[in-house]
Amino acid sequence: MTADAVAAPVGSTTDVAPTESSTDWRDIAKIGLIGGAVAIYLCLVGIVPVFHARQLIAGVITLGQVALFGSMAIPGAFAARKARTTREAVIAGGAAGLITGGAVTLLVLVGSVIDLRAMFLNASPELYSMLTMGLGVAGAWIPAVEGLVLGALAAGIGRLPDHIRSPLVRGLFAILIVGLFAGLLRAPLMSAGLFQVARLLFTGDGLTVTGAVLVFAVVVIGRVLRQRVGVAARVAALPVERREQLRIPAIAVLIGIILVLPLLLGPFFAQVIALVALYVLMGFGLNITLGLAGLLDLGFVAFFAVGAYTVGLFTSLAEYGLLDVPFWVALPFAMLFAAIFGAILGLPILSIRGDYLAIATLGFGEIIRILAGSNLLLPLLGGPRGIINIPKPIDVPSTSFLAGPVQIYYIALVFGAVVAFLAWRLRAGRIGRAWVAIREDEDVAEAVGVNLIQTKLLAYILGAAFAGLGGAIFAGLVGSIFPSSINLFVSINVAAIVIVGGMGSIPGIVLGALFLIGIPELFREFTDYRFLFYGAALIGMMLYRPEGIWPSSIARRELHVGDEAPAMIAGDTTPITRGGMS
Amino acid sequence: MTLLVTRAVTKRFGGLLAVNKLDFEVDQGAIVSVIGPNGAGKTTFFNCIAGFYSITAGEIELDGQPIHKLRRDQIAHLGVSRTYQNIRLFANMTAMENILVGQHHHLKSTWIGTVLGTRSVKDDEKRAQEEAGRLLRYVGLRGKGDLLASKLPYGDQRRLEIARALANKPRLLLLDEPTAGMNPAETSQLTEFIRNLRDELGITILLIEHEMRVVMGISERITVLDYGEKIAEGNPAEIQSNPRVIEAYLGRGGAADLGIAAGGASAAGVTNPGDPGAPTV
Repeated sequence: MTADAVAAPVGSTTDVAPTESSTDWRDIAKIGLIGGAVAIYLCLVGIVPVFHARQLIAGVITLGQVALFGSMAIPGAFAARKARTTREAVIAGGAAGLITGGAVTLLVLVGSVIDLRAMFLNASPELYSMLTMGLGVAGAWIPAVEGLVLGALAAGIGRLPDHIRSPLVRGLFAILIVGLFAGLLRAPLMSAGLFQVARLLFTGDGLTVTGAVLVFAVVVIGRVLRQRVGVAARVAALPVERREQLRIPAIAVLIGIILVLPLLLGPFFAQVIALVALYVLMGFGLNITLGLAGLLDLGFVAFFAVGAYTVGLFTSLAEYGLLDVPFWVALPFAMLFAAIFGAILGLPILSIRGDYLAIATLGFGEIIRILAGSNLLLPLLGGPRGIINIPKPIDVPSTSFLAGPVQIYYIALVFGAVVAFLAWRLRAGRIGRAWVAIREDEDVAEAVGVNLIQTKLLAYILGAAFAGLGGAIFAGLVGSIFPSSINLFVSINVAAIVIVGGMGSIPGIVLGALFLIGIPELFREFTDYRFLFYGAALIGMMLYRPEGIWPSSIARRELHVGDEAPAMIAGDTTPITRGGMS
Repeated sequence: MTLLVTRAVTKRFGGLLAVNKLDFEVDQGAIVSVIGPNGAGKTTFFNCIAGFYSITAGEIELDGQPIHKLRRDQIAHLGVSRTYQNIRLFANMTAMENILVGQHHHLKSTWIGTVLGTRSVKDDEKRAQEEAGRLLRYVGLRGKGDLLASKLPYGDQRRLEIARALANKPRLLLLDEPTAGMNPAETSQLTEFIRNLRDELGITILLIEHEMRVVMGISERITVLDYGEKIAEGNPAEIQSNPRVIEAYLGRGGAADLGIAAGGASAAGVTNPGDPGAPTV
């Protein structure tokens, strides 16, 4: 207990705001109950038991336990904010945690009487055993006590002075992140031949105890040193030009890492990052349609399919291959055909607005998928058997470092950069402004002289061409194309990347692809819950960060401008007639 | 010379006759106001001219060319710009960008040229930026070009909307209640400003306005609508003394109000509102 809590007992008049009534315990109870609902949900939906199989720190804690404990500690931290004194905060946190834990205890008790499995498959004996540390009903009190302790602890940490709390929280968070990405981080150590180091820090899919302690220590020491030296303050004190200069080496290092990444990571991860790079490329493409022009296109996969099948037909060495030409000859045609399809499909529907456009384009995606698998096109496209044996874009011997998905990674990276450059150039010019104006208010945009059909169609065709490019590269990555690859989730993934990342923002899309494509690929445990997390991420974004993870400069400016604008304008009473047009 | 002519323009929404057989003319270089009680069809009439609504019957000609079958952007290209009763800026674009969008059809950059960054595109863009900066200063928004339109105070937003309309280099500017929500000082500034637009830039101005001080002060001709029909037309003095106008506008017995509101603004002075037989043209 810290000094101020001892000096200021509950309800004491020495408090800062004595007129205010003390902590509202109904709020605390509400937070606890919400926490309880979340905890029970995590258990019954299967997240806790499934994640329990994944060791975060070998022999110490599993991912499932982290999820469970997190659902207890977080209500504690929230409850603590409602309290005024430190002592009340800790009591409130403990109480909220207790209610959350109590809900889990209740789950165990109910589960011992009624067989919940009839309804919830995951309410298995293993779940109860995990929740009660193997004691069964006799240990039903355990979650409640865990909740009490964790809630109080979280509340207490929240009340620590910043220079202690910040390193502590960051250290714990670092253990979680490093533990989650253990496989990814271990790969470069192994490929560099540092087996001893790898074994010291990591088990197969988690951290060793030594590893966890080391990570925690490094982060805490690093943070404390940073605070001592005051890096942030020093950077902030630099003139703007100097700060700009500091960014150049940082960006150079980042680009360097991106370039050598597949060499460090080994084959499995190369496949993952190739897919991420491909989605980044497609995200950039859709960004023109959705992010700039505001056309909610959910038929992205239609043009993706055109691109992929074009490459298949042009290059395949197997049954349905027609021309047997190299990938690079097929690629421009893939984009061209996708663009033509975009024009044909776009013309009739682009006068439809907003949500209706989304539904119409959604239909296109489905039509193309069904057509691709239909008997009608069977002689041409191979129906459900698809087109196989599509050669890799770059023909190298299998021993080369470019042999596998690595080349796809680089190809996607290069084209991604091209598309990003294109979007960036266009955004700054007449066309890009017209797109954004249409996104903002298409009636007014037309009334100031923007030809809606032409301008929207250009955005749609460019988006379609880049979808075709994505499909072509996808065909090269997988080496085959089936109707089952042409599914709605391609469209939804790409749209989600653009929305979650931040509409119109290049770095936002990269982050969006990492979160939504990379992470689910890395964590096989997450696979079943992928769309649950998607939904949660999208709802969370809309509620708390509608501008995206990394919003475009305009969207960010909107957030910051409010701080400066009133001051500037207050002193300005320029009459409207002043400053005439000489 | 006549710039804008409408002949028997009719706009019907289902059973509602919003504009009924309206004949109307605007001379080149004039400032003309359309007034009328709420719901008289003034904004509907504006929307018909600017191509927001397709008219049910009749003809609209700009400088002899029929425009009632054209799209909004085509009408804009012919030199018709407008502002809106409830300000409609591109909220998430900067003030500068709003004006640049207004210049859209005066710029020639193609998308390929923009991507390649050709010389002509760069020159085009540079000229556009200079022009936009000039317009910003002209409407009194110097130094506010980088602010988002939505972050500007109300009065500035009105000015920006006018600047955006001017960016199209209009021959005819439609202003839909430009002084709505402004205090008396701002209103008289804006009135002066509108007069300057005509005097300095030669833009013909068609105005919907409720503020009688503005209408009577700057209009050369006034058309009065009620229930979608033209009930009077004339110069301010004639309108003020027209008994049909007074009745439609203020109801019987409200005549004195119009006289007071317009007092001093009209060079012709105020005729007795009850005076019958005033000319209606």
